[in-house]
Amino acid sequence: MSTTATTYGARDHARAQAGTVVDTMPSIPASTWPAPPAEVAPEALTWAETVAGGGYTHKVLARGTRLRLTDVDGDACAHLLLFNALGPWERLNVADTVKVQWNAYLGGSVALLSDQARVLATIVGDSSGRHDALCGTSTVDGNTARYGDGAPEGPSPAGLPLLTLAAAKNGLGPRDLPPSLSLFQGVRVQPEGGLEFTGSAGAGRSVDLRIEIPSIVLIANVAHPVDPRPDYTVTKLEVLAWRDRPTTPDSPEWTHTPEAQRAFENTADYLTARGIA
Amino acid sequence: MSTAYESKLEISYDVPARAPFSTVLKRGQELTIVDLGGNQAVDFLCYDANDTAKRYSAAATIAAQGNIFLTTGSVLRTQEGAPLLTVVADTCGRHDTLGGACSKESNSLRYGQHTRYQHACVENFLIEGAKWGLGKRDLVSNVNWYMNVPVEADGTLGIVDGISAPGLEVRLRAETDVLVLVSNCPQINNPCNGFDPTPVRMVVTSSGGGE
Repeated sequence: MSTTATTYGARDHARAQAGTVVDTMPSIPASTWPAPPAEVAPEALTWAETVAGGGYTHKVLARGTRLRLTDVDGDACAHLLLFNALGPWERLNVADTVKVQWNAYLGGSVALLSDQARVLATIVGDSSGRHDALCGTSTVDGNTARYGDGAPEGPSPAGLPLLTLAAAKNGLGPRDLPPSLSLFQGVRVQPEGGLEFTGSAGAGRSVDLRIEIPSIVLIANVAHPVDPRPDYTVTKLEVLAWRDRPTTPDSPEWTHTPEAQRAFENTADYLTARGIA
Repeated sequence: MSTAYESKLEISYDVPARAPFSTVLKRGQELTIVDLGGNQAVDFLCYDANDTAKRYSAAATIAAQGNIFLTTGSVLRTQEGAPLLTVVADTCGRHDTLGGACSKESNSLRYGQHTRYQHACVENFLIEGAKWGLGKRDLVSNVNWYMNVPVEADGTLGIVDGISAPGLEVRLRAETDVLVLVSNCPQINNPCNGFDPTPVRMVVTSSGGGE
């Protein structure tokens, strides 16, 4: 008789699996993460996870959280969406983000703007510089044409179904998904409007975000839609978050541009009225 | 095979300056957008008329064609990559996919809080979209026909003086039944409408005599 032929045996079998450690998994509680950043007390960690290539994750983060995404092995690509957790009809607007700040490229001190002219998060650190706010994420049909498969359960998952799954677990549907941005694989615009894929800046690069409004964060770690490499190429993504401080008028990001300053002022106005800041 | 006769039905509508517009194109119908006064930004969204959860995606459109500008041959795609509309003619040359729509909110960032009560494209999209059961979550980055948004080598981008002129037109063919949502842009704080919003003409053409 097999060990799982009875309820008691099956229970013992299931419970015996606990404690297994694999390369890509969350640490829960986050304070058990083996290597917190030097300046961060382990008990301040609120999210610690390594997301597999082809995987996704999501979390609701408090205002003042510092979120650090790290491209551990040099080929992560974090497709990111942000929603105001207090009212998720307010969400990341990549068009306003690039238009209002007069720049198509993401990098240090860029405010990630919502459609309500507020700052959901601020990029406060960036050792990569290879990002994209124009191409969105990959599709099932696109990945099927490129790699032979794009389904979440297949060998080359596309970003859109993964973000759809992450959204669903926060009560959000397909209509709630706007174009996303992506980190760690660069795209540049050529003079006639063509796209140049500049790829990764290498292993160990990271991006730090400061959460300014309580936010639902959705992340899919999948190959970039215009990555020209014939094989589906994406490596693990490290996600760490800890309690920290939001941007304040004395922060350099507050006055980085006049447009960003008004966005921070709009944000403070909103949060103050709601009794949050 | 030619039919005994050919007929062509055209329905023309002039969208007043600053106003919204919407229509449903049946598969195979064409929509011609005429820039009557020249350099008039036409903010534009489109949806699969039979399932509006499938909608224009600037990102999927850009990624598929490998270029940020729209012109003849460009295919406007849903977020899943399916074709909604094909640009079959364009006498202007190129059109914007990056700048999105002006809103009372973003105007407060670009120009200051004094612009809060100026009319804006998102107002047009919301009020016109409501006629079709669409709400705020159905609004995404849109096309800006006739708007000129270059990107410099360092990433600097901006809405600059237009390259359109009176009478230039763009013609779109519906690849499925498509709901079209338009805001004839009321913006007066940047050059997208030459600081003078003007009417635009919408012409829906059905070719007779079968496919």
